[in-house]
Amino acid sequence: MQLMNKKWSLLLTLLLTLGIVLAACSGGGTESSSEGEEDSGTEETEAPEETEDSGETEEESTNGEETLAADQTFDINIKSEPPSLNPGTATDTTSGAVLDQVFEGLMRINQEGVPEEAMAESYEVSEDLTTYTFQIREDAVWSNGDPVTAQDFEFAWKWVLDPDNADTDYAYQLYVIKGAQAAKEEGGSLDDVGITAVDEKTLEVVLEQPTPYFLDLTAFYTYYPVNQNVVEGADDWALDAGENYVTNGPFVLDSWAHQDQVVLKKNPDYWDADTVKLETINMYMIDDENTALEMYNSGELDWAGDPTDSLPLSAIPSLAQDGSLNISPLAGIYYYAFNTEKEPFNNVNIRKAFALSINREGIVQSITQREEQPAMALVPPSIWEESNEGYFTDNDIETAKEYLQTGLEELGLDELPPVELSYNTSEAHAAIAQAVQEMWRQNLGVDVTLRNEEWNVYLDSMGSGDFHVGRMGWLADFNDAINFLEIFQTVGGNNYTNWESQEYSDLLDQSRTETDDAARKEILREAEAIFMEDLPIAPVYFYTNAWLSKDYVKGLEVSGLGGVQFKWAYLLEE
Amino acid sequence: MVTYILKRLGYIILSLFFIITITFFLMHAAPGGPFASERALTPAIEAQMNEAYGLNDPIHVQYLDYLVSAFTFDFGPSFKYVGQEVSDIIRRGLPYSLVLGLEAMFIALAIGVLLGVIAALKHNRFGDYTAMIIAVLGISVPSFIMAAVLQYIFAIQMQLLPIARFETFAHTILPAVALASTPLAFIARLMRSSMLDVLSTDYIKTAKSKGLGQRVVTYRHGLRNAILPVISYIGPLVASILTGSFVIEKIFGIPGLGNEFVVSVTNRDYTVIMGTTVFFSVLLLVSILLVDLVYGLVDPRIKVAAKGDKG
Repeated sequence: MQLMNKKWSLLLTLLLTLGIVLAACSGGGTESSSEGEEDSGTEETEAPEETEDSGETEEESTNGEETLAADQTFDINIKSEPPSLNPGTATDTTSGAVLDQVFEGLMRINQEGVPEEAMAESYEVSEDLTTYTFQIREDAVWSNGDPVTAQDFEFAWKWVLDPDNADTDYAYQLYVIKGAQAAKEEGGSLDDVGITAVDEKTLEVVLEQPTPYFLDLTAFYTYYPVNQNVVEGADDWALDAGENYVTNGPFVLDSWAHQDQVVLKKNPDYWDADTVKLETINMYMIDDENTALEMYNSGELDWAGDPTDSLPLSAIPSLAQDGSLNISPLAGIYYYAFNTEKEPFNNVNIRKAFALSINREGIVQSITQREEQPAMALVPPSIWEESNEGYFTDNDIETAKEYLQTGLEELGLDELPPVELSYNTSEAHAAIAQAVQEMWRQNLGVDVTLRNEEWNVYLDSMGSGDFHVGRMGWLADFNDAINFLEIFQTVGGNNYTNWESQEYSDLLDQSRTETDDAARKEILREAEAIFMEDLPIAPVYFYTNAWLSKDYVKGLEVSGLGGVQFKWAYLLEE
Repeated sequence: MVTYILKRLGYIILSLFFIITITFFLMHAAPGGPFASERALTPAIEAQMNEAYGLNDPIHVQYLDYLVSAFTFDFGPSFKYVGQEVSDIIRRGLPYSLVLGLEAMFIALAIGVLLGVIAALKHNRFGDYTAMIIAVLGISVPSFIMAAVLQYIFAIQMQLLPIARFETFAHTILPAVALASTPLAFIARLMRSSMLDVLSTDYIKTAKSKGLGQRVVTYRHGLRNAILPVISYIGPLVASILTGSFVIEKIFGIPGLGNEFVVSVTNRDYTVIMGTTVFFSVLLLVSILLVDLVYGLVDPRIKVAAKGDKG
């Protein structure tokens, strides 16, 4: 009997200890981000010092008294395999993050966010603003030694516009060029496209109509040249690093281990090689955000978060609190699209009631927490400052209720029918949708059900109009308001709202021929006003980039367009 | 024996046919397509893409094309990764998954069997309880939590092993252990009960009464018989390790095939879905066949050939 007791007490102790161990472990495991919180809690004493440090080094950098690190190797996570490293077939930010380093277009967006001469040494614009003549640099060479010629540009662009070449999803980026759309979609001849290599170093481009953002476009990867000598006839040139992968940018593709790692090396033949300080860039493909953040914490990465990866939602608050989080505006908008053909959203007052009764400040303060700006307009404030104000007041419940009353009367309803709020699978989308559901229920007394769908299914339902209210987002390709306004010019494409307005569409067309910047903006502002009056969408917030970077990382340009440039980046001695 | 194997191969081809058919129609029934993106294509470009990838053909033509491509194992290029051949994607992902899977299976079998034997020998004593508590833990804690726990303890706190990626042997330890934990626990429990059964049989008692040592009795007579259920578990084990590796590969950033398999479905990357499905099916069916054959070799009581002739 005594023996038995002994045994049992032993077992009991064992169980207890194991229980404790397990509890401790699973605490750390299930909330690997809250463990990050603890970590940063202990580091809190260091954190302010660090921020001061970085302030000082920045001052130092202006004095030019910094020492470059001997080892200029930069480690960053790009999250996933770049789907295409052929500039003509790339359509996504991951591929863009690699292409922007290894290739270079006629122009490059500089640190101030404006296009500056890159492959083009100079350019001339004709009186009517439709003909651009680019002079390509004499010293611009490919990584295999060939000179970069105007023919390379002509070849690359026309390859994209050739209807026989599939996978060229982004061909429409070239549609501002005369005859481009006709060649791609309507059987027009490629010879009629307004791209002419006048001589080896002179490229003449004729546009359909004056396009004030054309220079911005020439810095976009669909506009990058490819080396005709190498690429012609070698369809698989962009599938691997190797002698066929010839580029003209600040870096060259050293190796590409698919799904694993891309390594870039400095291009010694680059025309502006003196500016480029980084010797090696290791781009890892770690899909899991928590893992990437831990690798950053342990020093295996020099950068974590946007624009090539993202930080785990749950880690943001603690990072923001200890001051290590960097934030910059991103030209993009997160919005809820109303299906204007479904009752009750066919009524403008009802749409207004829904849009006004969202507490955007609350959402960005307590859910997303990346200092996003509440959106009461369509075009982001990084493009138009006026959008800081917006067209209505955030969380204006009184007015919302008035609109609701008017709307219900117009529809002949006593109360709102139940509505459905759709979003695609994501932690953040779900949290925002739940908050909005509660806001609408409280403020408008409407019964809101949530519908969560996997991305492809979601796009399908949105496209076929099978939704009441659906989440959407849009990021600008280049720094111009037209990016956002033209989505809603016609029904279909990216306009899921079924909203159309002749007046709006006419204004956009008018803006395309307007050559005076101020007048053009006036027209576009007018169009935005019409849009915001009809409110086929409820804007929620304007996006931001949020990232962590080590103190010794300098000069890395995170663009407001979601891209990143390593050309000017360098590392300081730790 | 030969007829048995031929018969089994016939069944494998039949199963494959059903798997391909079901996958193909499920895949096409799922809403959305490979070219769906946040930025809708212009209708003309979308039409050109569908044409280029043969998605404009009637569904039965596509189905026949797929059947042919599946049996010649030439699936064509991926929809998502422009120009990359599906066979290349499988070829480059397989080594990672194979190393990870084999290592996990080795850990699961070696430690699982060891724990099970200890538990059975120390039946209802300290060793038994310890082994079984470990087993219960292993079964109840999902692999992704185990992965995070391991990362936290060994990589972040103790800084003994790398957090993620798959470069050296040290990189492989944590993911393999995390992947092995559940099957390990299962094997330990299986081994324990089977060992207990065997140890109470008459021939073991006979062996003991003949004066054979404990060691010989246990290992030569006990273990060989008790391990049979574990061998038959290897078939399903291969499946669970292959499919379970997706989560582990994601957490540890390993460029393996499990990841490719799951991500292709979200991408509606039709060719990769078919390629990986067929590949995994073949692997699974063949490994089950091998296990059955091995079973016959290990256990003379089972005559595969005879069974096959009858059935």
